Amino acid sequence: MPHRTFISFIWPSALAMMLFIALPIVSVAVQSMFIAHEQVIETVENCGPFGCKTVEVVNAEATARLRTDEPLGRFNGAGTYTNRNHLAFKEIGLALAEATGPVDFFGRILNLPFYKALAFTLTYTFIVTPLVIILGFVIALAVNRIPGMFKGPTIFFSLLPMIVTPLIGSLVLFWMIDSKGIIGATLQFLFDNPDLSLKASTTLTWLTLIVYGIWHSAPFAFVVFYAGLQTVPQDTLESAMIDGASRWQRVRHVVIPHLMPLAVFVTLIQLMDNFRVFEPIIGFNAQANATSLSWIIYNDLRGSDGAMLFGSAAATSMLTIIGVCILLAPVVLRTWRANRRAA
Amino acid sequence: MNMVSKLSVSAAFVLAGASTAYAGCGIASGSAKLLANDFPATQAIAAAATACDGGGASVTANLNKDHKDLIVAAFTANPPEFTASHVTNSTLVAVMNDGLAQPLDGLIAKHGAGIQDMQKITIDGKVMAVAFMANAQHLFYRKDILEAAGAGVPTTYEGVLAAARKIRDKGLMEYPIAGTYKAGWNLGEEFVNMYLGHGGEFFKPGSAQPAINNAKGVATLNMMKALTEYMNPDYLTHDSNAVQAEWEAGNVAMTNLWGSRAGAVTDGEGSTAEIESNTMFAAAPTVSGGSIPATTLWWDGFAIAKNASAADAEASFLAVMNGISPAMATSNADAANWLIAGAKPRPVGKGVVESAAGGASPYPMLPYMGAMHGAIGAELADFLQGKESADQALADIEAAYVAAATEKGFL
Repeated sequence: MPHRTFISFIWPSALAMMLFIALPIVSVAVQSMFIAHEQVIETVENCGPFGCKTVEVVNAEATARLRTDEPLGRFNGAGTYTNRNHLAFKEIGLALAEATGPVDFFGRILNLPFYKALAFTLTYTFIVTPLVIILGFVIALAVNRIPGMFKGPTIFFSLLPMIVTPLIGSLVLFWMIDSKGIIGATLQFLFDNPDLSLKASTTLTWLTLIVYGIWHSAPFAFVVFYAGLQTVPQDTLESAMIDGASRWQRVRHVVIPHLMPLAVFVTLIQLMDNFRVFEPIIGFNAQANATSLSWIIYNDLRGSDGAMLFGSAAATSMLTIIGVCILLAPVVLRTWRANRRAA
Repeated sequence: MNMVSKLSVSAAFVLAGASTAYAGCGIASGSAKLLANDFPATQAIAAAATACDGGGASVTANLNKDHKDLIVAAFTANPPEFTASHVTNSTLVAVMNDGLAQPLDGLIAKHGAGIQDMQKITIDGKVMAVAFMANAQHLFYRKDILEAAGAGVPTTYEGVLAAARKIRDKGLMEYPIAGTYKAGWNLGEEFVNMYLGHGGEFFKPGSAQPAINNAKGVATLNMMKALTEYMNPDYLTHDSNAVQAEWEAGNVAMTNLWGSRAGAVTDGEGSTAEIESNTMFAAAPTVSGGSIPATTLWWDGFAIAKNASAADAEASFLAVMNGISPAMATSNADAANWLIAGAKPRPVGKGVVESAAGGASPYPMLPYMGAMHGAIGAELADFLQGKESADQALADIEAAYVAAATEKGFL
């Protein structure tokens, strides 16, 4: 394609990406390096239905004057990134110096909000992603074998978990796994343990969220693989059959290599999505046991009665973007090398 | 806090039928856009206020459970997204931190003849909000269960624990206590209640430096943990809605729940007559030999955005005045502990009244309290689950608070 044609095709979307993706990210990056002005505090009398009290208040006029001079706030450089609520360099240094052993060291690290969230986020990502791919592939193989008249309804029902809005899906399941809900009560009966609660312990909460994540995302992998299965060359399959290949051997040596590029695609999308896990934590009220990077951003903006921490939220957003890039790098590099070899 | 962001249907729409009847309310021009939390009392107020819609005026109301997360953004816009908002002790501080509310003295002199002095939230000599109701978490108890267990009505948290033990030992209930211990704002509020009951101070006097890592803080945590031993194991997921549901299902015998829920658990809906008729209210218990109920007193009121034009501010004030009129309070007497002149005290409001009479502290109106509350709510769960010591939990809260307060420019 001549460069002129290419550019005339690409410029509208390039412009849109500039405006709606690149610029907002730059603004978030800038925001993350600033913190609020020093507040001008004064002491006044505060009276209401419960009597009078002398309290501190912010002198909004004086603070507003500071803000007119420097609308972004005070420059803090990487200060927000390294503070206790994010990468916590000082606390890690202390832990390195004082920890009595590896268990104590990791205990101290996992007590810090960012690393606690990172631990769950990574566990979730690395368990959910492969299981979604395997499960999606198995469902696709199974659906591909059933008679034509059942295919439509089966595909529709298999897609339901993805059709349901994540927040609603997790809320419905949250009620079902309640100790008085249908799943929770059944589990109590099966394990003969009336105190069993999926919401009460960290391990079981993580397990619940992971199972939910697989349930929610498997249909996506299934649809992609099912579409791919329709393009598997029948000639190759037939010649494999003539050569006496079993069903497993045909899947292993013909179908899987054929679907590999799709598997790479699903992996990329799933790594990105799972690293940003958020809705199920809200839906399952799981923040006591499991937090994610996205949840930290949400909490900075909603956690404390209008005291929004824009700098913190921006810093965590940037760290999330960096995290996604690191996660995707090996897959992208591999694809790039393979393409270069092919070319 | 209910996490589902429920953009509730505009009350103006719900009340479309009633809205034309009393058009005017003396509002000549301007538009009033009200934002409020969503519970029976605010529903009654919104209905009365939006009745002013029509003629030269436009009055709309948006009731939203997440209103407290919207106020600052809504008032920051110019012109503001909402001209008047429901505020409380804590949210008025967030609004005033950014200087987003306007003094109401002029409007009160002109149109506020019926407002009682105690309704005026006066800060540095200027009225910044008009309160309409009082609220507090206080003791809800089941008379029949306590009698069957041979326990009296507890007035201290030590008594609550003793009663819970008796109820469990008699096999009446496995988890007799419920609490709004959902990690986040609710859990933070429970700590604030209990810590103030111990006579604690959150900050070093006159500064924003935290001061909760002390013996009172440890005692507070230990009492909270002792209470959780008698709670459903899912307690860290229970907000007010969940506790109300547990109560109405008859699963619990004692809880420290909001006064604004007292009407809802005795309204003849969602529960059995046996449970409702045995549901009683009392002041929040005291703790650890303290003399004041371990709870915080809250007022709910309205503030008007600084960025609202003079006409809109006047229209909003008149709409609010109509919303919190004595007539509205009289016809909705059971909905809240109204501070409005002429409103009769409601029987189910005795828990709030007794807590206030017992000397309970108002929720601290300090600019940095929001950051402290957020830090407490986020860092406490580990201790309650037995993953860390009380000292460590308090140190974590202080560290998380210092990072947040530094970012907000308080330290």
